[in-house]
Amino acid sequence: MTATVGYDCVEVGTELPERLFPLRRADLIRYAGASGDFNPIHWNERVATDAGLPGVIAHGMLTMATAARLVTDWIGDPGAVEEFGVKFSSPVVVPDDDEGATVSVRGVVEKKLDGNRVVVNLTTRCGGEKVLMAARATVRLG
Amino acid sequence: MMPLNQDFVGRRFVSPVPFQVGREHIRQFARAVGDDNPLHHDVEAARAAGYADLVAPPTFLATATPGALGLPTDDPALGLDYALIVHGEQRFTLRRPVVAGDELVTTSTLTGIRTAGRNEVLVTTYQYETTSGEEVAVGTCTLVSRGTAAPRDIPAGEGTR
Repeated sequence: MTATVGYDCVEVGTELPERLFPLRRADLIRYAGASGDFNPIHWNERVATDAGLPGVIAHGMLTMATAARLVTDWIGDPGAVEEFGVKFSSPVVVPDDDEGATVSVRGVVEKKLDGNRVVVNLTTRCGGEKVLMAARATVRLG
Repeated sequence: MMPLNQDFVGRRFVSPVPFQVGREHIRQFARAVGDDNPLHHDVEAARAAGYADLVAPPTFLATATPGALGLPTDDPALGLDYALIVHGEQRFTLRRPVVAGDELVTTSTLTGIRTAGRNEVLVTTYQYETTSGEEVAVGTCTLVSRGTAAPRDIPAGEGTR
């Protein structure tokens, strides 16, 4: 399949509007099961605080996957992602309540490359903190 | 707390058995990241889009890493305390998307352990190949081992975040 967004319809500076993604404790448990990452800092308050963290934190890979959704939902084709890299700059602390944490993701087309590819720079925040830095995805457009 | 064992730098770890990418695992992973794109769930939709089978989300490869992070985390000789580990950086470069039915062999190489303030930073690279030798993707993972650096050589004022 090809992406539903056409290369010619996109300019440097084209924005991917902000979306909000809730992350609750149950989402962390679900991600632990699906990914096989059972590090207790992602589900056990006692272990997390003993390790010096402010509380249970989301898997970095869950935050990364959440940020990826802004791009793959935009282009429609998750198979069109060629490169995706992030730095984890601040933990996403997920409180043990009904609201959990809210991660906001927005993006902007930063570069147009050959082969109908573009680089999208993603800004991912939680509670006012940037939780990802240098978050860039290279994707093939239609 | 003891610093990590530098003798492990340069070691390669190859998955002992291929990682079989299964449809239900792709669906389960996609649900876990809240992704309802039909290419992750509906085989007919994936085939109609030109893929051999269900398409895995781009970060699914993290699950194809053998054991814990492709590192011998349970080998006491490395000296790694899992609870002190947080993720620093992650990157994937995909030659093609991972699809259900792929059988992947992962080679992970611990390329470095460096000190950053009181923390230690482990850099691991990954190569994901099919059992027939086709390179599907490469990846890099940086992990931070919090507070395990040797106490010497810490400039005043620098420490864990």
